[in-house]
Amino acid sequence: MDELLLPAQRLFGAAWPTVWTLAKIIAITVPLILCVAYLTLVERKVIGWMQVRIGPNRVGPLGLLQPFADVFKLIFKEIVVPTGASRTLFFVAPVLSIGPALAAWAVIPFDDGLVLANVNAGLLYILAMTSVGVYGVILAGWASNSKYAFLGCLRSAAQIVSYEIAMGFALVGVLMAASSLNISDIVRNQSGGLSHWYIWPLFPLFVVYLVSGIAETNRHPFDVAEGESEIVAGFHVEYSGVAFAVFFLAEYMNMILISALASIMFLGGWLSPWPTIPDGLPWLLLKMCAVLFIFLWIRATFPRYRYDQIMRLGWKVFIPITLVWIVFLGAMMQTRWAYLFH
Amino acid sequence: MTAQTVIFYAFAAILVFAALRVITSRNPVHSALWLVLSFFSSAGVWMLLHAEFLAIALVLVYVGAVMVLFLFVVMMLDVNFDKMREGFRGYIPVGATVGLLILVEMALVLIGGYLPAGATPSPGQTGPGYSNTSALGRQIYTDYAFPFEIAAVILLVAIIAAIALTHRTRRETKYQNPNEQVKVSRADRLRIIDMPLEKKE
Repeated sequence: MDELLLPAQRLFGAAWPTVWTLAKIIAITVPLILCVAYLTLVERKVIGWMQVRIGPNRVGPLGLLQPFADVFKLIFKEIVVPTGASRTLFFVAPVLSIGPALAAWAVIPFDDGLVLANVNAGLLYILAMTSVGVYGVILAGWASNSKYAFLGCLRSAAQIVSYEIAMGFALVGVLMAASSLNISDIVRNQSGGLSHWYIWPLFPLFVVYLVSGIAETNRHPFDVAEGESEIVAGFHVEYSGVAFAVFFLAEYMNMILISALASIMFLGGWLSPWPTIPDGLPWLLLKMCAVLFIFLWIRATFPRYRYDQIMRLGWKVFIPITLVWIVFLGAMMQTRWAYLFH
Repeated sequence: MTAQTVIFYAFAAILVFAALRVITSRNPVHSALWLVLSFFSSAGVWMLLHAEFLAIALVLVYVGAVMVLFLFVVMMLDVNFDKMREGFRGYIPVGATVGLLILVEMALVLIGGYLPAGATPSPGQTGPGYSNTSALGRQIYTDYAFPFEIAAVILLVAIIAAIALTHRTRRETKYQNPNEQVKVSRADRLRIIDMPLEKKE
């Protein structure tokens, strides 16, 4: 591989590291955007099948070109800026929501050594980036100068701040088990087959993480921020065309990110379930698909939560569960059963 | 000038500009957003000092949580600037005195630790295996365990005090108890009645 790159390295000279990093970023981003495009199709198909419908089947064979039709439709639509909107912030908001969603992928390891930035504090970086994503939603709601958008943004801000705590505590359990903040190390510590994955010793934390992840991404059944039946479309009600598409992209990208993180932290990332089968990227993708399917499954199954129930679940159920499990984990690590929790 | 110096000056310039905009912008929401930008830039400066844990914690805590709540409150306020500017001149002498005192105090503290340019110790080269986070953790939980615990207790007291100050039971508000709502069974809500068939007249 290195020999193959030598001519390119000579061509760019001192700028080579920058060019090479850019190439890596593009190699992550482009497949990601394609994944988002097809996730929207899969979502509609899966929910369609669950509700005994067919789903989109008109554009291309089996409806496979539907995402592109949607994209072209959105690109050619006019972007309407509401009267009295705060113009700059109105356009900054979608950028702020997609920026962190993309930036978090920098530390996601796809295979052993296949990671853009192998930083030591990777887990913290992920937490920081996902917590910044809320600004897009808040600003969109405020800058739109619309009641519905504002209500949506307030709900979303409260919800994200509440569930972030439970999510952070769930990851504290992971870092206790792995005794590392480096995401690649966390995966390597789970090697040795299915029984070594952290989903078993940390099962309550896995459930909390997954549900908080759904709440963080404002997905059904926690989508009061969008709540079609109450506040039209919530924070992005005033957005149209490409600006709306960017919000959409950010939401789905966050979904994929949460599924990737759940696979990495609890399901062994790129590791295969049996030590005899070789590890690799396909395993990670398979696990991500399974988690994403759970997201869609939940969306097709459950009714929307009431706002006070969301708050109760976050503060009175999840945070106590995670706290108790962290203390239990710490206590067990001092006993002779500690090997079960590493 | 190395690339690091260029990056430092870029972050520092953004930081100073954003901090100025925090106090000069007319809209409180804009001020809060400029403050977010200045937190971000100072996190960048800390990152250049190899203090990765502090930098990320700054983003995580201040940008991700504190400022969100700040914005949350500020967005809902209807601030009347004309009213706030009333009597601005009258407060100038007091404000200027307090500002000057703070400046002198800070100068007294900082001058002792100030080193001429070039004499500032650089963070030094650290190996690839060095983890700023674990080094900091070891310091906090071994050498400074006691002060750290005291700080934690003070924070706990502050939390309890804040809740005690704002929490009050309102009699007129009706609460729902989700526990009871979840536990509800068919027998509580549904009554099946036997009705005799009626003949059509």
